[in-house]
Amino acid sequence: MQGKTGGTMVEMRNIHKWFGRVCALRGVDFRVGYSEVVGLVGDNGAGKSTLIKVLSGVFPPDEGEIVLEGRVVRFSSPRDAMEAGIETIHQETALVDTMDVRRNIFLGRELTYHLGPIELLDLKRMAEESARALREVGLELRSAAASVRELSGGQRQGVAIARAMYFKTRLLILDEPTNNLSVKESNKVLQYIRDLKRQGISSIFITHNLHHVYPAADRLVVLKHGEKIADVDREDTSIEELTHLMIA
Amino acid sequence: MESRPVTVKDKAILEDRAKDKAVLRRSLFRSDATQKILAFASLIVMFVVFSLASPNFAKFNNIIGILLATAVNGVLAVGVTFVIITGGIDLSVGTVMTFASVMTGVFITFWKLPIIIGVLGGVAAGALCGFINGSITAKMKIPPFIATLGMMMIAKGLSLVISGTRPIYFIDTPVFSKIAMGSVLGIPNAVLVFFGAAIIASLILTKTVLGRYTFALGSNEEAARLSGINVDAWKIAIYTLGGIFSGLAGVMMASRLNSAQPALGQGYELEAIAAVVIGGTSLSGGEGTILGTVIGAFIMSVLTNGLRILSIPQEWQTVVIGVIVIAAVYADIIRRRGQ
Repeated sequence: MQGKTGGTMVEMRNIHKWFGRVCALRGVDFRVGYSEVVGLVGDNGAGKSTLIKVLSGVFPPDEGEIVLEGRVVRFSSPRDAMEAGIETIHQETALVDTMDVRRNIFLGRELTYHLGPIELLDLKRMAEESARALREVGLELRSAAASVRELSGGQRQGVAIARAMYFKTRLLILDEPTNNLSVKESNKVLQYIRDLKRQGISSIFITHNLHHVYPAADRLVVLKHGEKIADVDREDTSIEELTHLMIA
Repeated sequence: MESRPVTVKDKAILEDRAKDKAVLRRSLFRSDATQKILAFASLIVMFVVFSLASPNFAKFNNIIGILLATAVNGVLAVGVTFVIITGGIDLSVGTVMTFASVMTGVFITFWKLPIIIGVLGGVAAGALCGFINGSITAKMKIPPFIATLGMMMIAKGLSLVISGTRPIYFIDTPVFSKIAMGSVLGIPNAVLVFFGAAIIASLILTKTVLGRYTFALGSNEEAARLSGINVDAWKIAIYTLGGIFSGLAGVMMASRLNSAQPALGQGYELEAIAAVVIGGTSLSGGEGTILGTVIGAFIMSVLTNGLRILSIPQEWQTVVIGVIVIAAVYADIIRRRGQ
């Protein structure tokens, strides 16, 4: 599956989405290549979150199609997208605060075993596997049994990324991952994204802050009022030019 | 343990385990564990005080009486604990219990079906009501307070209609009353059923996917949905499970009274909810334990029993329980603020 660097992994064609009489997306084309980091930028309300919610199966597009590795796909729930290898770390709602780290990593995909007709949680294996998942992203936590609400913003992103990695994600969508993070923690998140790329995992980094995504992105896509107004490789542009596009 | 060189991985695992234990130890001294210990301590204190105040309190027969009085309310409270942890509420458990006992009466006395069918039918009637509660809440997006308030009245009305507003007696089937009133080693079956139900509920809550999603829904429903969990289906399953416990309580009630009393039931839901709250389960969802609920149910019945033995009028008993409920919730708020 990997090694096709440059080829298109997923493509969204002519996506439209209305909420009542409000048009959130008007015919957006959007593609992500293998091992590519795409920065999706735009001001608040530009349609970034709507676009990725369509891609991650939260709601269907009103018009347009999604093509994954050459085949048209239809996601009717987040689970469908996850099964296709598209994992999303949503803003704020990514983790359940009152649950510990292990529970969050396996939320929705718990490991179980059968005791006769009864299906029970495999707590021991989940504890071991989550410790391994955390080590793989190099996340230093006091304990995987710690409650998520005790973690810093950066650590939360780390947990969410560890979870995506564990489930063999091929495309990771991060919605405003650097919001409310310190500079040091933001850099850590960018490091995670570079590590993902090295392992052949593509990612979409959504932000309204160009400075956060520019250092890590291969390509930048700018949305404005539900339309795509720019789609450029990083080498061919600059922060100044993109900022001008966003606010002009 | 076989002797082989300790690898880095082993060390890492051991360290993880040590850290887990440390976190566990700390968690015993805060959050819902504190509330549980507090509740358990108050139960012990009440027990000692009542024993000192009246020589009759700690007698074997009185203890059995307390256990028996806790059994039905306890099963209801255990069932509604699940719903409350999801951040919902079930106001219908009392009248659904009655509906289940009336249906058991219909199956056994009116239709002359075997007792086992009557028992299972009663539990199924409860499950059906829970299923409808869950469906109304999850699919029609009606707040659980309203959905289950409606069900409370529907179940009450149906019980009266089906029974013709008269009690249904189990005169032809004396064995039926043994379900609750028979005993093993002096302990009434109803009490054993209650403990059995509580143990099963506790296992479901802590060891199964359903239990885990119960907490996830109560803590952050949106995160659960985005994690790919079919929130609506699980919500319906959880309300149905609550209904199963109401159905079981209904069968036990019918057996204990050797009759289905259609006018009974309203008010039981509030006692069940009070037991859950006293036991440290948060009404805002996401936190709670079955053990806490069991302790909460015992606090309610020890208090009622003790005050009665001290000849305090029943009207005052109700006042005291009201004060205890408010105090328990206030203790919970103080604890949260401290975190």
